[in-house]
Amino acid sequence: MFSRRWRSPETDVHVLAVDDSLVDRKVIERLLKITSCKVTAVESGWRALQYLGLDQEKTSPDFVNGLKVDLIITDYCMPGMTGYELLKKIKGSATFREVPVVIMSSENVVARIDRCLEEGAEDFIVKPVKLSDVKRLKDYMFGAATTTTLDPPDNNNNKRKLQEMSSPSPSPSPPSTSPSTSPSPPTMSPSTSPSPPTVSPSPSPSPTPPTVSPPFSPSQLDSPTMRLKVTNSDQA
Amino acid sequence: MEQNHTKRQIKVTRNSLFEQGYLDEQFTQLEDLQDDANPNFVEEIVTSFFSDSTRLIRNVETALENYPLDFCKLDDYMHQFMGSSSSIGAKKVRNECTQFQEYCKARNDDGCIRAFQRVKQEHATLKRKLEAYFQVSL
Repeated sequence: MFSRRWRSPETDVHVLAVDDSLVDRKVIERLLKITSCKVTAVESGWRALQYLGLDQEKTSPDFVNGLKVDLIITDYCMPGMTGYELLKKIKGSATFREVPVVIMSSENVVARIDRCLEEGAEDFIVKPVKLSDVKRLKDYMFGAATTTTLDPPDNNNNKRKLQEMSSPSPSPSPPSTSPSTSPSPPTMSPSTSPSPPTVSPSPSPSPTPPTVSPPFSPSQLDSPTMRLKVTNSDQA
Repeated sequence: MEQNHTKRQIKVTRNSLFEQGYLDEQFTQLEDLQDDANPNFVEEIVTSFFSDSTRLIRNVETALENYPLDFCKLDDYMHQFMGSSSSIGAKKVRNECTQFQEYCKARNDDGCIRAFQRVKQEHATLKRKLEAYFQVSL
């Protein structure tokens, strides 16, 4: 019923960007920095897992002390491990399953988009990625206040404010799947629909209130990495 | 005076790259990301692109020498090539990559070889033009 909302982080939003293309890595890094994010850019799914401390097969959650990742944005088509496979691993991890994951792809394939969203991806961006895509993402995930824009703010980006609960606002900024001309695919922006039709926030039926997982110590709960929903989430 | 003349020249050169279809809107997106703290951003990206794409061209050339053609591999290379072309707004290069991919799908040897020649041609032309452009504009 209520839209997903991540707390506005007290420090800069830290984004882990994953792309095997050097050119694309540089571009996404710049796009993110311009929107006031801290960026760690890696070239593969495996490097991403390494960075997150998820590369070991361990039965108990592995905490990487002090690691704060607020958003993971990954290319879909990568050699070795695809963005989809990376998404699954992240969503399957205790430590990072709450971190929003956004998929980028040069191909606008509805089945692919659906599959990613069903697996818990927050959004899907068709490449080439534009500044407006990144601004939109950051604004609706972390609040417009956290984005310093170079241009005068436009209404679309400011539609969603932190305090705003679910009320579906009128058609938000252009779907992230521009420049395709196909009918607008289901972009899972929180304000588009009260309850996302195909997305289950986490594969397991784990409840979202802070007391969810025993291994988490109180200090972990305060960590932005534990991106727990602070709203009364009635995730339908 | 001379400075204005150069500025005008730069503008004309830049506009012609767009008008003739070598570049598209994505290039403008990159230009917008440039600022005083990052004055050479576009040139850096373009340099990375050409270093990357030159490597890919070599890979494709090698792959085209091995028969029967490995269309999967070729398609893969072209996908990468197309991706980065698209990211810098290299419109003509990207279009030729798409053509190539069509021939890959159709498993058409000759088509692939011919399409690849065009990819290389457009790639070389763009490189020349952008190098000239950066020389005058920086």
